[in-house]
Amino acid sequence: MRPTSARLLNVLVPVKRCVDYAVKIRVNPDQKGIDLSVKHSMNPFDEIAVEEAVRLRGKLKDAVKSIKVLTVGPPKAAETLRTALAMGADSGIHVELPETAPSPEPLSIAKLIKASIEKQKEPIDLVIMGKQAIDDDAGQTGQMLAGLLGWSQATFASKVEVDETNKVALVTREIDGGLQEVRCKLPLVVTTDLRLNEPRYASLPNIMKAKKKPIEKFQPSDLGVDVTPILETIKITEPPKRIGGTKVESVDELVAKLKAAGITAV
Amino acid sequence: PHALVFLEHNQGVIDPGSLSALTAATQLGGKATGLIVGDSEQVNSVLEKAKRIDGLSLLIHAASPQYKHTIPETVSPLLESLLKDSPFTHVVSAHSAFAKSLLPRVAARVDSPLVSDVTSLEHDASSNSTTFTRPIYAGNAIATVKAPSSVNVKFFTVRTTAFKAAGEGSSEAELSQVDPIEVDSPTEHVKTELAKSDRPDLASASRVISGGRALKNAEIFQKTLDPLADLLGAAVGASRAAVDAGYADNSLQVGQTGKVVAPELYMALGISGAIQHLAGMKDSKLIVAVNKDPEAPIFQVADVGLVADLFEAVPEIIEKMKKQ
Repeated sequence: MRPTSARLLNVLVPVKRCVDYAVKIRVNPDQKGIDLSVKHSMNPFDEIAVEEAVRLRGKLKDAVKSIKVLTVGPPKAAETLRTALAMGADSGIHVELPETAPSPEPLSIAKLIKASIEKQKEPIDLVIMGKQAIDDDAGQTGQMLAGLLGWSQATFASKVEVDETNKVALVTREIDGGLQEVRCKLPLVVTTDLRLNEPRYASLPNIMKAKKKPIEKFQPSDLGVDVTPILETIKITEPPKRIGGTKVESVDELVAKLKAAGITAV
Repeated sequence: PHALVFLEHNQGVIDPGSLSALTAATQLGGKATGLIVGDSEQVNSVLEKAKRIDGLSLLIHAASPQYKHTIPETVSPLLESLLKDSPFTHVVSAHSAFAKSLLPRVAARVDSPLVSDVTSLEHDASSNSTTFTRPIYAGNAIATVKAPSSVNVKFFTVRTTAFKAAGEGSSEAELSQVDPIEVDSPTEHVKTELAKSDRPDLASASRVISGGRALKNAEIFQKTLDPLADLLGAAVGASRAAVDAGYADNSLQVGQTGKVVAPELYMALGISGAIQHLAGMKDSKLIVAVNKDPEAPIFQVADVGLVADLFEAVPEIIEKMKKQ
């Protein structure tokens, strides 16, 4: 029997363009920010989220009707959407900000995503997104989105099994000291942890195909959201420098240093 | 200021992280009220101890079978109701797995921003603003942010290694029982499995022994690191390179996208010290590195660096530490 249309899933994956994880961060001398003229790439946790959505389709086939990716950011953030499209998403939504605009806070991003979800012709059943972005390390947006929508949430997911017939998902979460399993009714916001999967590299043909996939553009005002930050950033500074670089010549010296620091066998 | 501090507990004991959060809350310079939720057995087992925590003037508790397993969807409505027309100016918790799932949900529902993972704070009563510092870019930069008076209830989570845990005080907090708010939660708890390792949890361990790609394979990784970790009562960690190569489980990864640790002792064995690894461990108190390559960047942050073949050095370290 063919699944009825009511059972088809629409998946949304919000992604963020960040300074690449391998770049050495340099704080600007004016203490207003960091040097952003460096390599950027998709937030690693968001890559995991895109991968999970694409794998879900691999498993559930036609039951996954659409995979949309969404980003909020300057014009260049469109590149990040293209990367996600090359990994296998179908279409993109770009909430465009001016090049020089300050980064919106997680609460504003959550409001923008909520408004985008409400603008969709068909309801979204599942949002998969990174547990945190590696630039501001806030780790709030997914939970805020679930709160605003009144949806179930499953943070720090390391395993997601969706039962599309019953519209529930069984999610294994990484918690302090172990794992927790929860059963969530859809619609659901999942945030991804490292162990969920290993993201693929997009193939060249898929990168070419991604160029033709549609991207819708919005301004925050189209979505009725004010993205002015509420918190005031006073300054960005370098962390205290670690004074290392002391070498010892032998294991004896090393063990003596450990002992001097009060570190002995238990 | 009057802070509401979310106190987590486990088997009748308040989490040390929550005690650090309380210390941070008292640094605001006003009153601190604690909140404990759980099923009635859990709440009763921890209440006597909790009311004696130093710095707590009031302890609110709510018991329901719904609160037995901490699910944000069930606990959030209680917090929302406590914040309605309340005296609370701040909501505070540890930056723990549960609290960081719960607080953003509550904050969004009361239309408030949240400051995550703060390492210091200062409240200015005259302007009713609170200024926080918090690490960004995995600790490679420090942001100073101010929550102005326009934010009626200021939410923040606390990096627990940055604040001393509150101890036992001389007075007892007043107890106040509130009714739970029963909800039809879209999420139900299935099971929780806490790792039954004899080793401490990586994220909170006071000693960590980490291995890198130089360990060659999973078997050698384990055979080399485990005896030293056992000897020192340390957790085992790994670099991303070691995890990618399959020598160690993903959950052991220390670094920007893995776990961020700040133990008393961090031993990096055969780890070159890529930026993203340093981001996860450079706040450790004592860093010891063993690496064959004298130019390895790990030596720039190490307090004790030894240029040596780790397969010779590690057994020798074990042998000599045993003799002490």
